[in-house]
Amino acid sequence: MAKITLDNLAHSYLPNPTSEDDFALKELNHDWDDGAAYALLGSSGCGKSTLLNIISGLLHPSQGRILFDGQDVTNAPTAQRNIAQVFQFPVVYDTMTVHDNLAFPLRNRGRDEAYVAERVQDVARMIGMEDELRRKARGLTADAKQKISLGRGMVRKDVNALLFDEPLTVIDPHMKWELRTQLKKLHHDFGHTMIYVTHDQTEALTFADKVVVMYDGRVVQIGTPEELFERPEHTFVGYFIGSPGMNVIPAKVEGRQAYVNGSSIDLGQGYRPLDGKVEIGVRPEFARLSASDGLPVNIRRVEDVGRHKIVRADFFGTDINIIAGEGEEIGADMTRVVFDPAHVNVYANDWRVAPEGAHKGPVGEAA
Amino acid sequence: MTLKLEGVSKVVAGQTHIHPTDMTLEKGTMNVFLGPTLSGKTSLMRLMAGLDVPDTGRIVWNGEDVTGRRVQDRNVAMVYQQFINYPSMTVYDNIASPLRLMGRPASEIDAAVQKSADLMKLTPMLQRKPLELSGGQQQRCALARALVKDAGLVLLDEPLANLDYKLREELRVEIPKIFEESGAIFVYATTEPEEALLLGGNTATLWEGRITQFGLTPDVYRQPVDATTARVFSDPPMNFLSVSKTGDKLLFGDGQTAPAIGKMADLPDGRYSAGFRPNHLEIGQHAADAMRFTATLSVTELTGSETFVHLDHHGERWVGLIHGVHDLTLGADLDVYLDPRHVYIFGEDGALIAPAAYALAA
Repeated sequence: MAKITLDNLAHSYLPNPTSEDDFALKELNHDWDDGAAYALLGSSGCGKSTLLNIISGLLHPSQGRILFDGQDVTNAPTAQRNIAQVFQFPVVYDTMTVHDNLAFPLRNRGRDEAYVAERVQDVARMIGMEDELRRKARGLTADAKQKISLGRGMVRKDVNALLFDEPLTVIDPHMKWELRTQLKKLHHDFGHTMIYVTHDQTEALTFADKVVVMYDGRVVQIGTPEELFERPEHTFVGYFIGSPGMNVIPAKVEGRQAYVNGSSIDLGQGYRPLDGKVEIGVRPEFARLSASDGLPVNIRRVEDVGRHKIVRADFFGTDINIIAGEGEEIGADMTRVVFDPAHVNVYANDWRVAPEGAHKGPVGEAA
Repeated sequence: MTLKLEGVSKVVAGQTHIHPTDMTLEKGTMNVFLGPTLSGKTSLMRLMAGLDVPDTGRIVWNGEDVTGRRVQDRNVAMVYQQFINYPSMTVYDNIASPLRLMGRPASEIDAAVQKSADLMKLTPMLQRKPLELSGGQQQRCALARALVKDAGLVLLDEPLANLDYKLREELRVEIPKIFEESGAIFVYATTEPEEALLLGGNTATLWEGRITQFGLTPDVYRQPVDATTARVFSDPPMNFLSVSKTGDKLLFGDGQTAPAIGKMADLPDGRYSAGFRPNHLEIGQHAADAMRFTATLSVTELTGSETFVHLDHHGERWVGLIHGVHDLTLGADLDVYLDPRHVYIFGEDGALIAPAAYALAA
């Protein structure tokens, strides 16, 4: 296992980039700690696959260096980086048995057969394919094949890092739970450095110790799942994490109060005067309906999604969402909304503003 | 407008893809087919569309038997997981293509395309080619083409599966609104329980080529007829533990008891299976009459606002979804609580015997 350092890294797919807009990956400095589990999260086109391909050596960056345990590998080909990769779609040898597919990376490196047999057994148990080791991979379902790909990624203990690129896309929801739990357990037991690329927030948050959120070629926040939820540093993080995402409401902020259409909202803490586009952000989980307190709101629909309800409403011309409990009655008298002051964040030009006297939370290095 | 399946079945190469199935779908309804891969969702849709011919049974459209009729001669539109558009045509021509094939007059085509594009928020992109659009816009173009024909039956086979998480979230909210306006019969296949709940309407749960239950979506979710349906309609999966009934008491593991009330009161003594959803398991805070179980914590996952706990309870694997962020020690024993009102009781054959008390109130 290794610490991976990104030093002044950037990438453009154009031969002669002139402005920042030409870069698919904007300048980035970051250390991926040895033995930590990271997720790279963002929508398609945000630069997350570009970054992963630079780490794996499939792509040579236009600028900067990449180091494994302090050693420059920027010009080293993928094969010399000693990493294991699992891709979105299964890569298996159809004519080989499941056993031989799993054994392939070990045999390739000349490990003795006794060791190979032992590791293949361990990995087969992890992916739940012990009973299918003798059959050929041909004719297996897509998710069975993807389990083999995952197993092959995990079979070597001596890799510098394990890289996953949307590995659970073709897997059924129930099996996703199994495999994610296995990956998590594997990480706990063996402490591999893992980088997991996904657009699925649930996968990212549940898998990783730290989530790296990317937007438009830039890292906008690196944080624990709790930090991303409680203190999104950018409105994009608020929108992207959480389902539905954070409510973002245009407001005026003066000291401890925010004003929306002339009505005031308690912020719990004081803020210095702000310029530019000012908004407040409140997650649907921290808004509640009320008959008597708070500010007026117009409920448009209530969706029963099982374990809770999502209330879709209009708040002074802004669409907002409110989470209500599974058994909560939403009567006609529920015409007001209350925001929990401890969970109202303030944003200026999309970046979070720390209240006066507070330390700003951890932010993305590129911010 | 009604679509009726009467004893429809399909066997392919000796394997039963669809067991004999009866089903009636009404005009203006959204019907979700929920089940894992290979449970029969696509097979059933292909039979409805006329892409495949059933081995037994009849397909009746508005009282008329259409069993052997080709898909071209039926009033059907279908959208697949892989968005299919003509890459060399503009968005406008893509949407217009089904109507042109039908030989409709240009003025009628234009009005229909404009309306359909407006619904799918594609009006500004009508002159672009599909590959110049984002994935979400490409799939909206495919949806618009399905809607423009004004087909009586619209079949959507996991239409959002290839889209980004956030786009999916947005389209899931939009799609039911669009459907309300169209008045067609919609069938929507998905593997995800959350998607079924967000779409609302009716849900049919599928398992190994059978429809296990069909009804209003929240009813199927809260009052599953058997353990299979409960399992299909629960993500993370429903938890189970064994329970025995003695007299007026239910005896759970760990020496926990609950009164045998309602339907359970009249049942013979014996062994049953209890099921409960992950979000009903609690740690710390709990109802006064909650039952307490001790389980070993194997993995925790944080989502930012909630914690998933994966537990081993005497060999039974449970998942709990606990509100808030909790720092717990892996490998340690953890006390978890379960309110008897959240427990479903199933027979040994899997049939529901007593629904959870809360579900009847909800």
